[in-house]
Amino acid sequence: MPDMDQFLEMFFVECDELLESLATGLREMETPEHEKETVHSVFRAVHSMKGAAAAFGLSDLVTFAHRFETVLDLLRSDRLVADEDVMTVLHRSSDLLADLVSAARQSRGADQARITDLLDELDRLIGDEDDDGDGSDLAIEFVPLTLDFAPLDDSPATTTYKIIMVPDPELYRTGNDPAALITALAQLGDASVTLNAGNVPKLSIWSQEEARLKWEVDLNTAAPLADIHQIFEFVVDCCQLEITQQVDETPHIATPDIAEQPKNATLSMPDADVVPQNVEHGRKADTPPGATTGHVAQSAGQAATIRVSLDRVDRLMNMIGELVIKEAMLYQVVETAGFTEEPDVVTALEGIRQLAGDIQESVMSIRAQPLKLVFQRMHRILREAAEATGKKVRLETIGENTEVDKTMIERLIDPLTHMIRNSIDHGLEDALTRQRRGKSMEGTITLSAAHRSGRVQIEVSDDGGGINRERVRQIAEERGLIAQGTTLSPNEVDSLLFLPGFSSKEEVSALSGRGVGLDVVRREIMSLGGRVMIQSKEGQGTTFSIALPLTLAVLEGMLIQLRDQTMVLPITAVQETLRPTSATLHGIGKHGRVLSNRGELIPIIDLACAFGLRDTPAELDGGVLIVVETDTHKRAALHVDGIFDQRQVVIKSLEENYGRVPGVSAATILGDGKIALIIDPEEIVLSSLSEHSRSAMAFAANG
Amino acid sequence: MTARILAVDDSPTIRGLVADVLRKAGFEVFLASDGVEGVGTLPDADPDLIITDINMPKMDGFGLIETVRATGGYSSIPILVLTTESSTELKTRARNAGATGWIVKPFDDARLLAVIDRVLGR
Repeated sequence: MPDMDQFLEMFFVECDELLESLATGLREMETPEHEKETVHSVFRAVHSMKGAAAAFGLSDLVTFAHRFETVLDLLRSDRLVADEDVMTVLHRSSDLLADLVSAARQSRGADQARITDLLDELDRLIGDEDDDGDGSDLAIEFVPLTLDFAPLDDSPATTTYKIIMVPDPELYRTGNDPAALITALAQLGDASVTLNAGNVPKLSIWSQEEARLKWEVDLNTAAPLADIHQIFEFVVDCCQLEITQQVDETPHIATPDIAEQPKNATLSMPDADVVPQNVEHGRKADTPPGATTGHVAQSAGQAATIRVSLDRVDRLMNMIGELVIKEAMLYQVVETAGFTEEPDVVTALEGIRQLAGDIQESVMSIRAQPLKLVFQRMHRILREAAEATGKKVRLETIGENTEVDKTMIERLIDPLTHMIRNSIDHGLEDALTRQRRGKSMEGTITLSAAHRSGRVQIEVSDDGGGINRERVRQIAEERGLIAQGTTLSPNEVDSLLFLPGFSSKEEVSALSGRGVGLDVVRREIMSLGGRVMIQSKEGQGTTFSIALPLTLAVLEGMLIQLRDQTMVLPITAVQETLRPTSATLHGIGKHGRVLSNRGELIPIIDLACAFGLRDTPAELDGGVLIVVETDTHKRAALHVDGIFDQRQVVIKSLEENYGRVPGVSAATILGDGKIALIIDPEEIVLSSLSEHSRSAMAFAANG
Repeated sequence: MTARILAVDDSPTIRGLVADVLRKAGFEVFLASDGVEGVGTLPDADPDLIITDINMPKMDGFGLIETVRATGGYSSIPILVLTTESSTELKTRARNAGATGWIVKPFDDARLLAVIDRVLGR
């Protein structure tokens, strides 16, 4: 079969969609106000998968989907009630179905024990209600094609049949056509056809409801009898049919004079279901050369969507990045030539800049996908984790429709999976403890997403006991991650969880510890240009927040001067910029300096020093202070030599080519063709604070 | 003249497979993803034959067959049911609705084409 791969890929894409609507449907079924249509759509999802899977001979999938579907059929016809037990089995079946699809996708075997297990569970639900004989009709679906070898003889023996057919009106009503049937018979051999209209009454008593025509066909054919039956397979129940074999072993060229010895055997038609499925009669099903290779043009009226490979969109995104750079270069050239005062030139340039922005936004929206795609998967992760730990857990999702870049969708799955497992395993208390604390026995994990000032914020919160900071501290000391007796703020203790090597074998449970710690989660999020924070309240729970950029391709940046270097500071981090004045500055200790800003004292970091461009901090009587806030709500003022522009810059990853540079998230190309580093303010602030400015923090904290 | 076939199935994979087989065999193929869309496509497609699934959203195969049969000009065109269902009860229902014939999925290309040729009288 040609092009099967293409259709197989199509099938897997379809399965992804069906599995999603299946999972959504099942969850909806658990709400009291769900509509009957939900059950129908769940049924259809499984049914469609079964149908399409059969086309590819994916027998594991078909067998399981069939049993699954039988249970859903009982539900939709109200012969089974969807209680908690049933729903659990359905959810597990949905999970297994997803696994079977991915097993098929990777052409690997499936976990037969698990299949058998769930098949048994489903059978238990089907119980006595199973009225369609189950497996038996499956067997029919897999009847192999009987190979219909022609006799090796050059002049095959032919047989003569007499076929008499009297159609019922039903035959015409169902779109069957006696002429078509006769044509098909004639293709099997030599046929002579007689139409006997003798039974047609006079017009006065003729009724169109009654069929009186009688067709008689003498057919001399080499084809087996089954082929003749095959022709009548759709009409056996709506016509009177008689097929009589005239015994005639003479070859085709035999003279008709030889006395016939008709061994008249009237054959009754077998049930159409048991007619062997041999199909070749008289016609080859070869495809004509040059036929189109399976482009599936949809008919008019279909939703106007197309599937485009991600490569193409990426290429477009790259080119738009180049466009933004070229636009900046153009501006620079125009400026150098001294045309910036010409209103026409400025208007035209502004127009291009506007357009480039619009195009970029449009392409970003092509790549944007709702987080729902990730959140949906988490239901399953949660169920499995809950089962493994024996805790009762509920998942609430908020803001599923928040859209993020597709690349992030894919790369968020692993970190979120780990965080949810972590929350269930370590965050939530067991049922008894919860009861003692006056909480409901069932724990709640909330997964939420929202757009917040140019970033996407995703949170995983549990209503568990909160982080046991004493214990965390103790573990960190035991593992040598911190020195004994180090003074740490509660936030700093929480951050220890993200240190590599924090989780160890003895700490690892079957569930969340698979050699992967939260440090991996953090690294993965950081590689997406995002950040993870923890907030925890004793006895009330823990929240992990992930902040992600909207896109991985461009960012709005502030261009700053550090000695002879131009660098870019992401605008999202900037709170305000100000000129230092002596009234707002305070010195602490030797080098420590703080800025009094909006009733708060915040440490000042000399950015040139932080990057090693200067040995000692510059005097504060020049330059500019940029107040930035980190995602953990720590503020700092960055001292720079100057700010000279604010614009969109295209992010060019450094990690791919150079490796990670502390304090630098990426690089960009400026209008004049120079390369500028993009600063990671969070890292700068955190590392500077922990290095020299703890005293400043202490001072600030004491007011 | 090439025969025009309208194939109705909610599974894009099945639609794609059926369309591929039929187009390669030289038919002009029109596609719809449920009964309602199938009925809506009738004037455009003006089919000589319809192939339909049974389990579909909005309007199922039975509904489609009944509607087509009640539509002027299509009361006697062949309508083949292509489905995974094989129970006698459902076959009878389809027959009563006016279905010409029944093909159980997974379909074999050659058999599908043979049946189509037969009901079209080619």
